[in-house]
Amino acid sequence: MSQARLLGEVLRERGVSRRAFLKYAGYMASLMALPPSAAGAMAEGLAKARRQAVIWLSFQECTGCIESLTRSFSPSLEDLIFDFISLDYQHALQAASGEAAEEARRQSMRENKGKYIVIVDGSVPMGDGGVYSTVAGHTNQAILAETIADAAAVVAVGTCAAFGGLPEADPNPTGAVPISQLVGDKPLINIPGCPPMPQAMAGTLLHILSFGKLPELDHLHRPRAFFGENIHDRCYRRPFYERGLFAKAFDDEGAREGWCLYELGCKGPVTYNACASLKWNGGVSFPIQSGHGCIGCSEPRFWDRGGLYRALPTGTSDVRKVIGIAAVAGVALGAGAAALARRRSAATRDAAAAPPAKTPSPQE
Amino acid sequence: MDLLDFARGPALTFAGAVFVLGTLWRLSGVLLLPRLRDLSPPREGAPAPWRGALGTVLRRMWPRREFLDRTMFSTVNSYVFHIGLAVTVFGLAPHILFIRNFSGLSWPALPSNVVFAVGVITLVSLFAALARRLTHPVLKLLSHTGDYLSWALTTLPVLTGLLATAHLGARYETLLALHILSIAAFLIWFPFGKLMHAFLFVFSRGATGVRFSHRGVKA
Repeated sequence: MSQARLLGEVLRERGVSRRAFLKYAGYMASLMALPPSAAGAMAEGLAKARRQAVIWLSFQECTGCIESLTRSFSPSLEDLIFDFISLDYQHALQAASGEAAEEARRQSMRENKGKYIVIVDGSVPMGDGGVYSTVAGHTNQAILAETIADAAAVVAVGTCAAFGGLPEADPNPTGAVPISQLVGDKPLINIPGCPPMPQAMAGTLLHILSFGKLPELDHLHRPRAFFGENIHDRCYRRPFYERGLFAKAFDDEGAREGWCLYELGCKGPVTYNACASLKWNGGVSFPIQSGHGCIGCSEPRFWDRGGLYRALPTGTSDVRKVIGIAAVAGVALGAGAAALARRRSAATRDAAAAPPAKTPSPQE
Repeated sequence: MDLLDFARGPALTFAGAVFVLGTLWRLSGVLLLPRLRDLSPPREGAPAPWRGALGTVLRRMWPRREFLDRTMFSTVNSYVFHIGLAVTVFGLAPHILFIRNFSGLSWPALPSNVVFAVGVITLVSLFAALARRLTHPVLKLLSHTGDYLSWALTTLPVLTGLLATAHLGARYETLLALHILSIAAFLIWFPFGKLMHAFLFVFSRGATGVRFSHRGVKA
């Protein structure tokens, strides 16, 4: 449960030096593209903050989001979870189970009424009364409604929670919807990605803790600090795009030379995320660096945008049948028009060749 | 469905269908029309009909000397934006991908920066063509809404393509969607306006060439 003591006191007791704390705050501030002066403000804000109560709800998801966060290299799970926040409910990590776990959630809600943050991963099935995903006998929709009623803010992590993701992909058999459709006017932050970048999740929570307000968001409720630029603009393969050098297959010479993966369906130009700048696994690599195009996982409906390997400028549907029908119809119309013209021409010619009609003389 | 999905999906499909239907309608309608037979014997030394047609098609690529001074600007400017359009449409990698998607044809792309520079020149040239149309007293009188629509629907894809490449004015996906929608509008209008000259100029010049070469005239 959240503690009344200040984070600064807790950290000092645990032997975290002020230097290390400032270094950490500086790192997080730079991750979020905040000005240098913000590092001090962030450190000060964090030191004066109390451990933030967090309830993490998991719905139609694959647990990849929490896996991503727990494997973040910095801040580590210990830094984030046990020093800065009080994770009062999380299926994959909590020791309690069954009714004890549910009671832990309710207790946190009571003790931190109006102050706790709800993190949600996974979409919510609405089809058939929401029976496709239940926890402790309750539908995801009911649990979400109950939990967010007294929450300070809701953070939807992962593309499933933020935009519906894979469960919502056509034909959406469970009637899955993103969290944004169910939170009403509660403050909402979307941190999409499949999975989302751990720095984005940790940085966003730390921003709330440090400054007591939500970070600046874009039109899809994503923190601009992490989703403000598209992959293409920050991609190290961009010079090859400009030079017109493209890999045509995943094992051709272009692929081996590290040329642009645009023709192999890379969605970097329309995908906003920090993969190309922050990278994964402690800055080791990111999908494009590993030889695979960006699949656009932090964008809405990325599963249904014509296929992961379909190049961006091409159409998303197979037009050959439609074009074939149009071609046949066009030739038929043209031939019909020409036939009518021929008939008119023949009629005119026949009329000209016919002897003039006999007109009665005035005497008759 | 967002704007880009709409542009890449239903808009492109519909525009492609209208383009193919309209173009084949007009082409087959013209080519299947009854031809007036010339029963007179050809002039002595007259070339074969196909050579007469080809000669006229090629000769009319450049104005006669006596008209050159008066038509120099429009001739050169027309070459600039026609060649520019060809380079931008067939030289940029994304465009080649677009064409390969429905035709299976593919060829090496030009560097994007080169195509961008050509695109800028093309855009300037297109605006110069409009300025001439608006300021030339005779041309202005001859122009009607369809001509200005053809100009606008040719210029918009160039403009939106440059903006998308330069990431100017809006987010890339919005600019890309507008670019694709402008191409869709171009394709829809193409068969029904003067843009159809891209296909018909060969047949109209050729028909004239056949007719005149039969009489021994180099038209």
